[in-house]
Amino acid sequence: MTTFKSKSEISTQTNKDSFERPDGRKIDEIRPMKAKVGIIPNADGSAMFSFGDTIAIAAVYGPRKMHPQHSQDPEKGTLRCNYNMLSFSVTDRIRPGPSRRSTEISKITEWALEPILMIDKFNSMVIDVHIHIIQANASTRCAGINAAALALAHAGIPMRDMVSSVSIGKLDKQLVVDVNKDEEDWEEGEGATDIPITLTSNGEITHIQLDGKITSKELKDAIELAKKATKQIYELQKKTLKEMKE
Amino acid sequence: MSDESSRKIVIPGEIIERGNDFLPGEGTEKRGEDIIALKYGLAEESNNLVKVIPLSGVYLPRRGNVVIGKVENITFNGWVVDIGCADGAFISLMEVPRFVNKNELDEVMDIGDMVVAKIIGVNKRGVDLTLKIRGLGKIDEGLIFKINPNKVPRVIGKEGSMIKLIKDETGCDITVGQNGLMWIQGDSIDKELKAKEAVMFITERSFIKGLTEELKKWFEGNKK
Repeated sequence: MTTFKSKSEISTQTNKDSFERPDGRKIDEIRPMKAKVGIIPNADGSAMFSFGDTIAIAAVYGPRKMHPQHSQDPEKGTLRCNYNMLSFSVTDRIRPGPSRRSTEISKITEWALEPILMIDKFNSMVIDVHIHIIQANASTRCAGINAAALALAHAGIPMRDMVSSVSIGKLDKQLVVDVNKDEEDWEEGEGATDIPITLTSNGEITHIQLDGKITSKELKDAIELAKKATKQIYELQKKTLKEMKE
Repeated sequence: MSDESSRKIVIPGEIIERGNDFLPGEGTEKRGEDIIALKYGLAEESNNLVKVIPLSGVYLPRRGNVVIGKVENITFNGWVVDIGCADGAFISLMEVPRFVNKNELDEVMDIGDMVVAKIIGVNKRGVDLTLKIRGLGKIDEGLIFKINPNKVPRVIGKEGSMIKLIKDETGCDITVGQNGLMWIQGDSIDKELKAKEAVMFITERSFIKGLTEELKKWFEGNKK
């Protein structure tokens, strides 16, 4: 198990130096991260990734023949993601099974990972990625994407690059890195805006989501913050894969 | 950097070598002046050719590989064989080195039989196999078990050194399928099990250097 205590030396464009986050973190500080590869023996590739209390596990199966046959693509391979939040992952038990939210996140994860995969030669085959959130404290889709990227690498799938994902939050007017549940429900001032961003190690964006109010300058700052944060995540992913010995 | 000590683990997107002195091999790509890894595995360089040997993942069939499979189905002109990959594998009637009565294909190989075959082609429809080489054909007796296909090169060793050692020590005949299935045939079950134990010994310690020496010691220790 590789652990990572984030230390921050980056001074960000803080207009209010006195901004305090509910858990006392610095504005560009990620919760302590953990990552592990090869956690599911029956899968072709698997990984765990966590941001503090948010824990995601991912399993990759394939490349294998696509079933049902009518959804086969004879020209290239297909990526199929499945995001699932377990019923005990949150304080109030959630109804198990697919929901409107989980189908959306599954699709989003697919779009975030597709640009880095080189699966055009796997004709009529499919790569299945199953992501389970076993404990949730916001930023679950980001933890899921990070775990899925590790699991895909572990499964020996050809990839152009690795991806790392982080959520940037806007609490009132302050940008912060890696939001947790308390911050997601921020109600002071303008309220909270959550911006999950996924970047390759070169800093190319494969996924960005936003709902809420933000100025274009703030969005640019948010992307810069994400670039710095994903660098730390990438280093952890790299370290985890390199240290793995069966 | 051509000796074994220079092997390093790389992750997708990582730069393995810089500059124009190197050629991209399997599992790598040239991007500008750099050689980039496309897979997670061990980077190896020989004669300026850089390649990545995967450490995990499923078996990908390649032409020339000898594989062991199970007959899944019989069609009017051949056998469908499961070799543990996404594509179905097929042995055509024409690829059997003897006369076969078209109505009695199951006399040669029946569903459930294990077979050693060589891949003669991989195409969009699947994998084509042949039996027309010495040493290939239906397996009648012996011990068959599966290991991780990525560890097959380690079990075989440099120029077959490792597998030769096991063969000499146990007196068993061993066939290694590139898809991870192994077939051991010896005079007694004890010898076969000994050979299997030796293979398991290797797969559990595949990341250790000088494993051939370790295995020699293991054999000596087990004799007493």
